Amino acid sequence: MPVSSVGEIQVWHRRARGKQLAIWFGWLCGVALFMFCWNIISEKTTWFFVFDAPRIVGDISSRMFPPRWSYAEKLWLPIWDTMNIATLGTIFSIVMAVPVAFLAARNTTPSAKFVRPVALLIIVSSRSINSLIWALLLVSIVGPGLFAGVIAISLRSIGFVAKLLYEAIEEIDQNQVEAIEATGASRIQVIAFGIVPQIMPAFAGITVFRWDINIRESTVLGLVGAGGIGLQLQASLNVLAWPQVTLILMAILCFVLASELVSARVRKAII
Amino acid sequence: MPAAADAELIPLPRRWKRPPLIKSARLRWSLGICAALYLAAAFGTIEVNWLRVWAGLDRGWAFVLGFMNPDFVSHWADIKEGILESLVMTVTSTAIGILISVPIGLGAARNIAPLPVYLFCRGIIALSRSFQEVIIAILFVAIFGFGPFAGVATLSFATIGFLAKLLAEDIEDSRADQLEAIRATGSSWPQLMNYAVQPQVMPRLIGLSMYRLDINFRESAVVGLVGAGGIGATLNTSFDRYEFGTTAAILITIIVIVILAEYASGMIRARLQ
Amino acid sequence: MLRLDGLVKTYPTGDKALKSVTLEVPRGQVIGLIGPSGAGKSTLIRCINRLIEPSSGSVTLEGVELTTLRPRALRAQRRRMGMIFQEYALVERLSVMENVLSGQLGYVGFWRSYFRKFPQAAIDEAFRLLDRVGLVDMVDKRADELSGGQRQRVGIARALIQNPAILLVDEPTASLDPKTSRQIMRLICELCEERGLAAIINIHDVALAQIFVRRIVGLRAGEIVFDGLPNSMTAATLTEIYGEEDWSATIREADGDDDTDIDDAPRRAAGAAPQHIPEIDRDRLAGLT
Repeated sequence: MPVSSVGEIQVWHRRARGKQLAIWFGWLCGVALFMFCWNIISEKTTWFFVFDAPRIVGDISSRMFPPRWSYAEKLWLPIWDTMNIATLGTIFSIVMAVPVAFLAARNTTPSAKFVRPVALLIIVSSRSINSLIWALLLVSIVGPGLFAGVIAISLRSIGFVAKLLYEAIEEIDQNQVEAIEATGASRIQVIAFGIVPQIMPAFAGITVFRWDINIRESTVLGLVGAGGIGLQLQASLNVLAWPQVTLILMAILCFVLASELVSARVRKAII
Repeated sequence: MPAAADAELIPLPRRWKRPPLIKSARLRWSLGICAALYLAAAFGTIEVNWLRVWAGLDRGWAFVLGFMNPDFVSHWADIKEGILESLVMTVTSTAIGILISVPIGLGAARNIAPLPVYLFCRGIIALSRSFQEVIIAILFVAIFGFGPFAGVATLSFATIGFLAKLLAEDIEDSRADQLEAIRATGSSWPQLMNYAVQPQVMPRLIGLSMYRLDINFRESAVVGLVGAGGIGATLNTSFDRYEFGTTAAILITIIVIVILAEYASGMIRARLQ
Repeated sequence: MLRLDGLVKTYPTGDKALKSVTLEVPRGQVIGLIGPSGAGKSTLIRCINRLIEPSSGSVTLEGVELTTLRPRALRAQRRRMGMIFQEYALVERLSVMENVLSGQLGYVGFWRSYFRKFPQAAIDEAFRLLDRVGLVDMVDKRADELSGGQRQRVGIARALIQNPAILLVDEPTASLDPKTSRQIMRLICELCEERGLAAIINIHDVALAQIFVRRIVGLRAGEIVFDGLPNSMTAATLTEIYGEEDWSATIREADGDDDTDIDDAPRRAAGAAPQHIPEIDRDRLAGLT
C-alpha cells in the first residue's frame, strides 16, 4: 500500500516500498553496466587524439571551405545512379518480399510448423545484415558496379518489407475474409478478393517508406565499390580533397531531404 | 414502389468494367508512360558484366558453403573480441544517445518549445537523419582517430536523429488538455514536463529505446568497416582474405544476437503495455 | 432440404457451443433463430457451411452430406449457401459491383476473377439484383462510402448472386437503426419468397422476428428449447430461452406496419474519410530502419 501510517499521521508514498527498492536497484544495475562499458571504451581510446579533436576540427573545416563548386557537374551522374540503385533495389525487394510475407503471416501461411519459421528466418537474416555488408559480399561475387548495389539494397529490404507486410496481413479484418470464403471461393481467390484489397494502403506506404530509407543507404554503397555517389566520396577522401568532400556531403544532404519530401507527399496522397 | 415502374422503362446497363484507380485517362496514361520511360532508363544504367558474374559464381558458391559450414574456430579470439566490442559500443552509444535525445526531443516539439529552439533542434535532427552512419563514422574517425570512441560518437549521433524525432512527434501528438490542466495549476516548466509530458510519452520512449539498441548493434557492425571499432573490422578482414567460413560465422553470430535482442525487447515491451 | 442431425461443436478451450442440435429446414421456409448472446447462434450457422468445423454430427443439404466433404467439393457446396453477415463483411476497398460479383467466385476460375472478366450472365444478374435492392446507381462506389443499410443491401445481393438454395443470415440488423432493420428484414423475407429460398436468420430482436418469420427456433446454451410458430410464443417460452424477465412489452401480435421503402441517405458524405484504413504504425516503421 502506498499509504502507511507513522503514529497517527497517514503518509502517502508514490510507490510501495519493495517496488521503489526494485526500481532503485534497476537503475543501479543500468548505471553500473554503463560505467563498465564506458570503461572498456575508454581503455581502447587514445585520449590524446580526442582532446586534440577541437584543433583537428578547426584544421579540417578550414580545408573544407569553400567547397569546390566546379566539381558539381561531375556529381549529376552519380546522383542519378544512386537514385536508380534505390528505386530498382526497392522494386526487386518487393517482388521477393511479397511471397515471403504471405508465407510468414499466420493467417495465410500454408504450414505454420514448417514454412513459417523458414520465412521468418529469411526475414530476420535479411534485416540483421546491413546493406553495406551485403554490398561487400556482392562486390566480391559479381564485381564492382551498380548491379551489386541494386542486389545489396534489395536483399537488405526484403526483411523490412516482408516483416511490415506480414504484420499488416495478420491485422486484417477477418470478417471480410470469412464472407469471401462463404461464397465458395478458392484459397487463392480468397487472398485476391479478401486480403489483398485490405493490405493495399499499408503495402503502398511501406514501399514508399523503404524507398526513402534506401536512398539514404545507397549513398554509401560506393564506399565498397557498389556504385553511386559513394564512389566519388571515397575517391575524394582518398586524396584528401576536402573541398570536394564538402560539396559531396552537401549534395547528399539536398538529395536525401528532397527524397524525404517526395515520400512524405506520396504517403499523404495514399492515406 | 413507384420507382419500379420507371425502372421498367430504362433498361439496365449490361456492361461493367472495373473503375480505374486514376480517373483521368490522360493522367493515367502519362503517368504510366513516364514510369515506363524511367524504368527503361534506370535499367539502362546498370551494366552487368556477365563474364565477371560467371567468374564470381565460384566465390558465391564458396560463400554458400561457408554458411553451411561456418568456421568459428580459427579466428575465434578475433570474433569474440569484435562482438564484445560491438556490444559494449551498442550499450554506451544507446545510453549517451538517449541522454542527449531527450532534451533535443523536447526542444523539437512545437507545442512546448519556442521557435528558435525548435528550429535549432529540428536542424540537428535533420542533419543526423540525412547522413548514413558510415559517412558520419568516416568524419568522426578523421576527428577522433581510429577506435571504438569514434564508433560510439557515430552511433550516439545517429540515435539522436531517430529518438529525438520520434519523441518530438510523440509530444506533439500528446493530449493538449492534460498539458493545459497542469499549466493551470501554476506549475513551472520542469514540473509541466514531469507531470504532463513524461507520463504520456514514457512507455513509448522506453519501447523506442529498445528498438534503437537493436539498430545500434546492427549498425555497429558496419562502422567498423571504416575503422570505428566493433566487429566490422574483423568482418572486413575475413572478406579481404576470402575466408568465407569466418565471414559466415560472424554473420550468423550477428543474426543470432539480433534474434535474441528482438525476443527480449518484445517481452519487455509487452510487459510495459 | 437442409437437415442437421446431432450437431455438436466443442471449442478447443472446452466450451460446448452446440450440444447435439437437430433441425430440419424444408424448402422455402424462413426460420428465425433466437437466443441470448453466447447461446451458439453464430456457431450453428457457421457449422452449416463449415466456416467453423463441427465436432460431430451431420449436415445434409439436398441429400449431400457436408461434414465429410473435401475442400474442393465443400467449396462447390458453399455456392449453394448464401451468407449475410452482421457487420456486412463487405470488402471495404472494393467497389459495390466487385463486392456483388465476389458472390460468383465459386463459379469462375482464378484468372477470370482476377481480371474481373465475369460471365455476361453474372453481370446481368448483378445489375438486376442491385436494381432490386435499390442500389443500381451506386455500382462504382466503394463499399466503405455506403451507409449501414446500403452496405447490408450489397451483402444481400452478394449472397443472392451465388444462386443459393438457402440463406444463412447472421444478425442482419444488429448494426442498424430500427427503421433500417425493418426494411432489411422485409427485403430478405420478400426475396426468399420470390425465389423460394429457405433461410436461417439469427436475430436478437424477438419482436422483429415475430413480425417477419413463419417459424421460430429458440436456442439456449447450445440446445434447442423452442421450435414453433411466432404467435405461439409466450412469456414462459421467452423465460425458458432467455431467463427471468418481464416479457409483457416484448410479446405482441405481428402488426402490419407500412413504412415505405425509402432509401436511407448515406450517413457519410462520399468524400469523407473512410472509416477503416489500416494505418501504418510509426513505431514499427521506425524500429526497422
